Amino acid sequence: MELFRSTILICGGTGCTSSGSGKLLARFETLLAEKGLEKEIKLVRTGCFGLCAAGPVVIVYPEGAFYSHVKVEDVDEIVNEHLVKGRIVTRLLYDGSKEEGKNEIKPLDEIGFYEKQKRVVLRNCGVIDPENIDEYIAFDGYKALAKVLTEMSREDVVQTILDSGLRGRGGGGFPTGLKWKFAMGSTGKKYVACNADEGDPGAFMDRSVLEGDPHCVIEAMAIAAYAIGADEGYVYVRAEYPIAVKRLEIAIEQAREYGLLGENIFGTGFNFDMHIRLGAGAFVCGEETALMNSIEGQRGEPRPRPPFPAVKGLFGKPTILNNVETYANIAQIINKGSEWFKSMGTEKSTGTKVFALGGKIVNSGLVEIPMGTTLREIIYDIGGGCPGGKAFKAVQTGGPSGGCLPASMLDTPIDYDNLIAAGSMMGSGGMIVMDEDNCMVDIARFFLDFTVDESCGKCTPCRVGTRRMLDILNRICEGKGEDGDIERLEELAANIKATALCGLGQTAPNPVLSTIKQFRSEYEAHIYEKRCPAGVCKKLLQYVIDADKCKGCTLCSRVCPAGAISGTVKNPHVIDQAKCLKCGACMEKCKFGAISRK
Amino acid sequence: MPDIREKYAELDKVIAANKGQEGAVMRTLQSAQDIFGHVPKDVQVRIAEGLGSTLSEVYGVATFYSQFALEPRGEYIIGVCLGTACYVKGAQAVLDRVSKELNTPVGKTSPDGLFTIKDTRCLGACGLAPVMMINDDVYGALVPEKIPGILAKYRQA
Repeated sequence: MELFRSTILICGGTGCTSSGSGKLLARFETLLAEKGLEKEIKLVRTGCFGLCAAGPVVIVYPEGAFYSHVKVEDVDEIVNEHLVKGRIVTRLLYDGSKEEGKNEIKPLDEIGFYEKQKRVVLRNCGVIDPENIDEYIAFDGYKALAKVLTEMSREDVVQTILDSGLRGRGGGGFPTGLKWKFAMGSTGKKYVACNADEGDPGAFMDRSVLEGDPHCVIEAMAIAAYAIGADEGYVYVRAEYPIAVKRLEIAIEQAREYGLLGENIFGTGFNFDMHIRLGAGAFVCGEETALMNSIEGQRGEPRPRPPFPAVKGLFGKPTILNNVETYANIAQIINKGSEWFKSMGTEKSTGTKVFALGGKIVNSGLVEIPMGTTLREIIYDIGGGCPGGKAFKAVQTGGPSGGCLPASMLDTPIDYDNLIAAGSMMGSGGMIVMDEDNCMVDIARFFLDFTVDESCGKCTPCRVGTRRMLDILNRICEGKGEDGDIERLEELAANIKATALCGLGQTAPNPVLSTIKQFRSEYEAHIYEKRCPAGVCKKLLQYVIDADKCKGCTLCSRVCPAGAISGTVKNPHVIDQAKCLKCGACMEKCKFGAISRK
Repeated sequence: MPDIREKYAELDKVIAANKGQEGAVMRTLQSAQDIFGHVPKDVQVRIAEGLGSTLSEVYGVATFYSQFALEPRGEYIIGVCLGTACYVKGAQAVLDRVSKELNTPVGKTSPDGLFTIKDTRCLGACGLAPVMMINDDVYGALVPEKIPGILAKYRQA
């Protein structure tokens, strides 16, 4: 094996790639070649480090120097100073990684963002080269598959997963082992499938796992196939994730070359191979029966259950479908045992959960925490709170199926049951922070707009019911809310929840119900006072000119497209509210800060 | 630019390869969209006849998924992310500005055929919110004021 004196890890996740990490890689390659350092210094493009807001991220070992916001121009300095002369470029170090007052750097796991995290699912992300199977194998990869095939019976495998308490990470939280047990009992041709149709807006953990550690999903699917007696697998992945698809394709190809997929794996007579199917942009396809219709090339409409997929799934055969993050736990549970897994998390929600922290938060990115960590710890200790000194208003979990939790609930320990009791849900792991500038009625309207758009139209409660709810919310946001609207929303919500065919419809009213419950006063302000307290809903806004600050420069009256501003030179101007279109052009142009929005 | 006959010849090859396979309709449509840029009625008819399916099935699949375009699209597809993280950080204002600058409603193509504006689902680059994509280029941390400059680059190209 070749030895290197330094290793450069460059994040190749979607976030950092978008911020230009590909150019950094190319520049490093050129410079190392010019200086003849290719044999001394290894360059690795890894998966996501999690701290997307600081991207592009470059880490240089053995020092563990964590460089953030690296630009192409900076690469020369890193090579010349750090790699040639051994002097760390402190200017580029991530702020949180510097030791206060000293010229030293903290180890990665002591940086505030990582300190409270527990990386199980993401253990290889940002560590190994996802396009090289040898690196995965060096980190105990495919050891679990070898163990189940050579040492464990199918029943043992299912029992281990049952004992671990692992629950579906796609959001529903159904015990994974139970799903496997049901499918194990069926006979004949069976399938295993992986749900990588990560549709929840603001969630990207599945993509990061596929981009950073694709082999862990392949290994887990092979283990699942052995356990239930299947020989064929499908991964259904969003077409919007090109990097993830490419790395998964490479990984499958490499696994085939190594005989880890195909026939007679490990000489045990076990056969398993898998295929990738691309989604085509339909949120409902994250629902298990809709996903199966879509793999079959049909419209992705859900089927009534029962029969459950474990009995009659893909192509009419017994099928288990698990989410990417669920699979990412499997190999480690087999290797380290169910007791190890249960030692993390709470009694009913074992293990860890990955969240995509986003919205009004300082450290946006991917975080993995043991279940039972409180929302406050995630948002403040890991996420660094709201930027710009703004006040925290709510945190949204569970995407369009979840809800918004206010500051008073920040000390809730996160697990499946607590979040449902609080009126939200785990969901696939999007966690969006909102501050005082976000209007909760507008957020509810935003989610309903999403579900109306994504409703497949098969069942009436979802197709028509969510549309009616959206009509009411649109009215409220436009200042045409009426007495009784809140009650009408609640009644519609109850009916839709009770009667919709699939999970999409049954949970669609949740964002509305949770915002009514937690932020009722905002709804009331819109309906009765025709006022949007956060200043978001356009039709309810008023632009006003502060006569004391206005210098009478006439700029605003000249940019106003509606001719709503009148006044003479050097005298305060006035906005005619009846003519004002609320476009905000005047406020944007005013040099004296005299125009405000209420 | 291959002429229309060559495109149909390529489509026929895809149809022949997919015929009789599970899930053929959707995969053929995906390939057809790559070949033609969109899937007009004539292409759907060809696929239906070629696969031994029906036009209603092909049309049903084509209209179900947002990825398939039935009308020609612009040279540059602008996708402004309206995922939650982008939305709470002001993506709507970004989208409005794009629409205003191009004088084109969302979902439509600009009169010069250069740009098609779309509001997209979460692109998963939430750390950079608000985000938009123009073809394969990603722009992050957007504010409406940045839009004219970004669009200008493509107008000149």
